[in-house]
Amino acid sequence: MRAAMNTKRNLVTAALVAPAAAWLTVFLVLPFIAMLVFAFGERAPEGGYQVAFTFAQFANLPTRAAAFWNTLLLAPAGALLCLIVAYPVAYYLAVKANPRYRLILVSLVVVPFWTSLLVRTYAWMYILGSRGIPNLLAMIGIEDVRMLNTPGAVLLGIVYGYLPLMIMPIYVSLERLDRRLLEASADLGAKPVSTFFGVTLPLSLPGVTTGVALVTILLLGEYLIPQLLGGGKVFFIGNALVDLFLQSRNWPFGSAIAVTLVAVVVVVLMVAMRIAWRVAGTRQVDLV
Amino acid sequence: MTKWYRDNAPITADGLADELMRLKRGSVTRRHFLGVTGLGLATAVLARQPGLFNSTAVAEDLGTQMSIATWPNYHDPATFEAFTAATGVAVEVNVFGSNEEMLAKLQAGGTGWDLFVPTNYTISTYVKLGLIDELDMSKLPNYDASTENPRFTNEGIVDGKTYAVPKNWGTTGIAVNSSKIKTPVASWKDFFEIAMTEADGRTMVHDYQLTTIGNALVSLGFSFNSIKPEELAKAEELLIKVKPHLYAINSDYQPAMRATDAWMTMCWTNDGAQLNRDIPDIKFVLGKDGGEIWSDFYAIPKSAANKAAGYALLNYLMAPENAVKEHIANGAPTTDSRVMKLLPAEVTSNKIVYPDETALTPLEFGAAVTLTDPGRAELMARFKAA
Repeated sequence: MRAAMNTKRNLVTAALVAPAAAWLTVFLVLPFIAMLVFAFGERAPEGGYQVAFTFAQFANLPTRAAAFWNTLLLAPAGALLCLIVAYPVAYYLAVKANPRYRLILVSLVVVPFWTSLLVRTYAWMYILGSRGIPNLLAMIGIEDVRMLNTPGAVLLGIVYGYLPLMIMPIYVSLERLDRRLLEASADLGAKPVSTFFGVTLPLSLPGVTTGVALVTILLLGEYLIPQLLGGGKVFFIGNALVDLFLQSRNWPFGSAIAVTLVAVVVVVLMVAMRIAWRVAGTRQVDLV
Repeated sequence: MTKWYRDNAPITADGLADELMRLKRGSVTRRHFLGVTGLGLATAVLARQPGLFNSTAVAEDLGTQMSIATWPNYHDPATFEAFTAATGVAVEVNVFGSNEEMLAKLQAGGTGWDLFVPTNYTISTYVKLGLIDELDMSKLPNYDASTENPRFTNEGIVDGKTYAVPKNWGTTGIAVNSSKIKTPVASWKDFFEIAMTEADGRTMVHDYQLTTIGNALVSLGFSFNSIKPEELAKAEELLIKVKPHLYAINSDYQPAMRATDAWMTMCWTNDGAQLNRDIPDIKFVLGKDGGEIWSDFYAIPKSAANKAAGYALLNYLMAPENAVKEHIANGAPTTDSRVMKLLPAEVTSNKIVYPDETALTPLEFGAAVTLTDPGRAELMARFKAA
């Protein structure tokens, strides 16, 4: 009887999980296996892939060291910059803003996502190009300022593009903040600054880690913003991949880089989750 | 009447609308979009699976839509609108920046293109890889081989079979904004020198190994098509030296040249003619030390899902009365003497479009080997990664 119930429960579980599992298998696991197979193959003479078993592609990875280095530098730096801009905004939204307008303010953060990042990045090309801000500067006598296709433009584009992804998780974690803890902190004589660093910030750390992990992982694959706002001069892994698949038609090498990138993402994710668990875990134990 | 007073003004509402239309037409934006998301590819493939996303109104043999792969700023949008009005077939335009990119997409399969515009030096490779069909000339009554200039038809014919027919020809020269750069630019040697001095931070090179490496080779006195390792190494040295001075590495240079963000760029004839027509300060010069002469063709991919519409559009484009409108809008010289006769004198006398034969003498056609040479591909990647 009990066994029968278990079997039935297992069947229900299996039925509920099956669509997601099938989806992941077809669109994630199988392509990844294909990529692994490619990575150990050779470039065919006319481009593409031909069957082989060689580690040559992985041995060739150092020739893209600059791309890896730029990416591994840019991703956390961009995430940190996003964090610096996003935290005060999220704090304001969750703690300071009038609850009546909160929903409107939060939607204002989300609404830009309804437009393609591509279109918004093109808008920045106008703002930063000669007819935008440099033109306004020329009117007050500052001539020939170049903003587009500079590293600064790339950073600006990244902060702009990824900001909502940083604001939302922090906002969510701050929104659940128990106000009584703040009052208790004040009652016990803590100044607002020490309350912030002793209570608010630690409680929002899970949101911060989620945001940083989310933005870092997405930035590891970034291609569009350096291409459009950086003029294609700064090379990231995303750009290296596009080149290898679309220009050199060197699928095996592209696959080897992609596999390596996935490995890096997995490591980043594991580290981030460890930090998040540690932070969230201990704090929750304290609270309960 | 020129609107000179607006040239440097912030973008107007009209300007924004124009850009949006450009985007809608599928200019470079679509290329980036496709490249980044793969969505275009995915939808193109899905849309062609019978019964998956088909509209119920599939009636005649031409279908309701087709897709063409071509180059930025290369067609008169009115051409496709007129074709749609005449046949009911909507034309989706995919724009590319290099032949390598087109080849890569075709090799990967499932592009959904029914017609595309490869350049002379790629066609033998497409034939060798079995990616394009021999054309069925009975479906192209508007094409007349006897009125074509054989200089430009040769590479469409492989082993006596016609695989592609010419769209137009052109050159790869230098577009230079003469109101910003006072030193005369007359050669590729000048181009790279001025890029590091007077045009510092204002020069663009193509995101395209054929022309960027080729012109660097020419500036050093080597052949445009060289694949000799020691010559390529010298070209790489030059390109890496020039890179910190570049404004951008991008094959869609018109927006930056028009906005005067860039002052000098590697430039194809048709873009040079368009830029000069709209902004007379932008001159187009051919390198007296050499460079590229090219012809673009129309070909039909073996994988095309709607070949009937591909032939129909190709035949439509081959009609001299349609080709002449395309020519006037896009500016690239014709290969067809019937079209030549219909052109107004101000076009045929334009030295950007129809340069003197002596200016063409030092130019070289791209060679098939540069397309597939892994050494050049790697050089380009190292240049961009530097």
